[in-house]
Amino acid sequence: MSDAALSLPPADSLFRRNLRDFRRNRLAMASLVVVLVFVVMAVAAPLIAPQDPNETDLFRRLQPPGWMAGGDWAFPFGCDALGRDILSRIIYGARISIFIGLAVIVLATGVGIAAGLAAGYFRGWVDVVISRIVDILLGFPYLIFAIGLMAMMGPGLLNIVLALAYKEWVIPCRVVRGETLAVRELEYVEAARALGAGPRHIMGREILPNILSPVIVVSTIRMAHVIILEASLSFLGLGVQPPTASWGSMVSDGRAFILEAWWVSTFPGLAILLLVLAINVASQGLRDAFDPRFSE
Amino acid sequence: MTVLLEVSSLRTEFATRAGLVRAVDGVSLRVSRGECLGVVGESGSGKSVTFASVMGLVRPPGKVTGGTIFFDGRDLRDIAPEEMRAIRGRDIAMTMQDALTALNPALTVGEQLGEVLVAHDETLPAGRAARRAAIRDKSVEMLGLVGIPAPETRLRQYPHEFSGGMRQRIMIAIALACRPQLLIADEPTTALDVTIQAQVLELITDIRARLGMAVVLITHDLGVVAEHCDRVMVMYAGQVVEEGPTDQVIGAPRHPYTRGLLASIPRPSLRGQPIRPIMGQVPDLVGLPAQCRFHSRCPLALPSCLVEVPMMAAGPGRRARCLRLEEVAA
Repeated sequence: MSDAALSLPPADSLFRRNLRDFRRNRLAMASLVVVLVFVVMAVAAPLIAPQDPNETDLFRRLQPPGWMAGGDWAFPFGCDALGRDILSRIIYGARISIFIGLAVIVLATGVGIAAGLAAGYFRGWVDVVISRIVDILLGFPYLIFAIGLMAMMGPGLLNIVLALAYKEWVIPCRVVRGETLAVRELEYVEAARALGAGPRHIMGREILPNILSPVIVVSTIRMAHVIILEASLSFLGLGVQPPTASWGSMVSDGRAFILEAWWVSTFPGLAILLLVLAINVASQGLRDAFDPRFSE
Repeated sequence: MTVLLEVSSLRTEFATRAGLVRAVDGVSLRVSRGECLGVVGESGSGKSVTFASVMGLVRPPGKVTGGTIFFDGRDLRDIAPEEMRAIRGRDIAMTMQDALTALNPALTVGEQLGEVLVAHDETLPAGRAARRAAIRDKSVEMLGLVGIPAPETRLRQYPHEFSGGMRQRIMIAIALACRPQLLIADEPTTALDVTIQAQVLELITDIRARLGMAVVLITHDLGVVAEHCDRVMVMYAGQVVEEGPTDQVIGAPRHPYTRGLLASIPRPSLRGQPIRPIMGQVPDLVGLPAQCRFHSRCPLALPSCLVEVPMMAAGPGRRARCLRLEEVAA
């Protein structure tokens, strides 16, 4: 038998092996399915939503959910103070939550990776400047910082993303910097330098692929935080402006009637809970699969 | 033979909390084209730092503070960082001590080989498809050259799918991809078991003959040097203590340290006799006085040895740093 005929295992990167570990984790997979359901809901909102989320009808004011006396199954989760269908608003609200969560994380992770790599690789004054900015930003309470920025910039979808990303990048940045400091000392980075690699190549090809796992894990966990923060801003009236449906503002709308019409606040609140919980459990599973300290 | 690399009075210092450490103190050496130079010495003798200095890879707190490094007629201490980067990998290549960790675990072997070619090989064709095919062909050729079976399949695999000896071969293949004029092999066999060691060294010697490149073999194994190197240079505490043709240095050492090294090798012919190690410790490199550094461990030491000892001629093509070099061989 020639050597070529030896059955070689298929090319199998560390990443793929980790992914396989993740698939075996049932709870994490179930959570991932929940997250995906929310994503599909957000993407296909106009097709799924039974009603127009912004159509008001004062005859339906605070109409209870379908299964209660006085309810109507056309409005399964009931209606709010303006008679709008709560289920449809939750479905449309998923768009806001997921879009802002994703946009903030993508923006923050991009900036954080660039800043963290530069700080960890170049050291010296680059590191000092970036690390001090990070320390200063970490000193601000997150929500208050975001509220201040929103007050300055005014409401709006783009402004929420900016207000949250403004501080969020600090977290991936610290992770990337720490990992870079460890990886830059490794033999294969030295070997790359000995072969004439420049800083760009070393940061992008030698270091980045090897530190991506913790960054992905942290980013997914942080996405849940960002969704809560967006809900908090909307709850305070600083987020997306009415009549656009956002879970935070829906919870806020129901505050006044929480005793006589509990459904107005409860269902959007549950939506936040469910999505955040699912993201957290899924990212926990990701961490277990991707962090070498947790693998067998 | 023409001189390829000529280093004179090289000094590399590390500023540590305990004081200034002269890891390399006045090292001069010469490597001719196609020649194999063995560099021997114990850990901390400055072998690796000397060649890291040649490559411009000494990092803070270390710094090259004196001397000249002429490679192919150019002083490497004088040229721009970009030029130095172009020389690394293309004209001078280096393999790392630990083959198990010297390959990037996140990229396939093919990607890593290809990247060196992309960075340095100017003969690659211009078109994208042609370029990729050329890189593939060269990569397959290089893996074949270092004796990896089924190179086409192997290119798509990751380092963890290879054994230690294969990884060392792959590292050599990557180092040789651009046909450098000088290969610095820094302890190419330390991480490997004995049979694989022999294979890897055979491979280096074989490729050297075929490509006509010069090799610097850094090791602490005199046996390896005896088998593979034309000339040998012995280092101790940051200085060269002896150099010359391998057979002469090993046959009749002219420095007590070299003699001590040879005496501490187990030999079948001396069965039953105890191995004689060199007594004492390597001196602390912080604040060394200007005197013979081997003095405290030397069986031939005299009070008159407490002076700065220069390299002295010890026969044709041989030099040693000992005042009593005539007596060492006796």
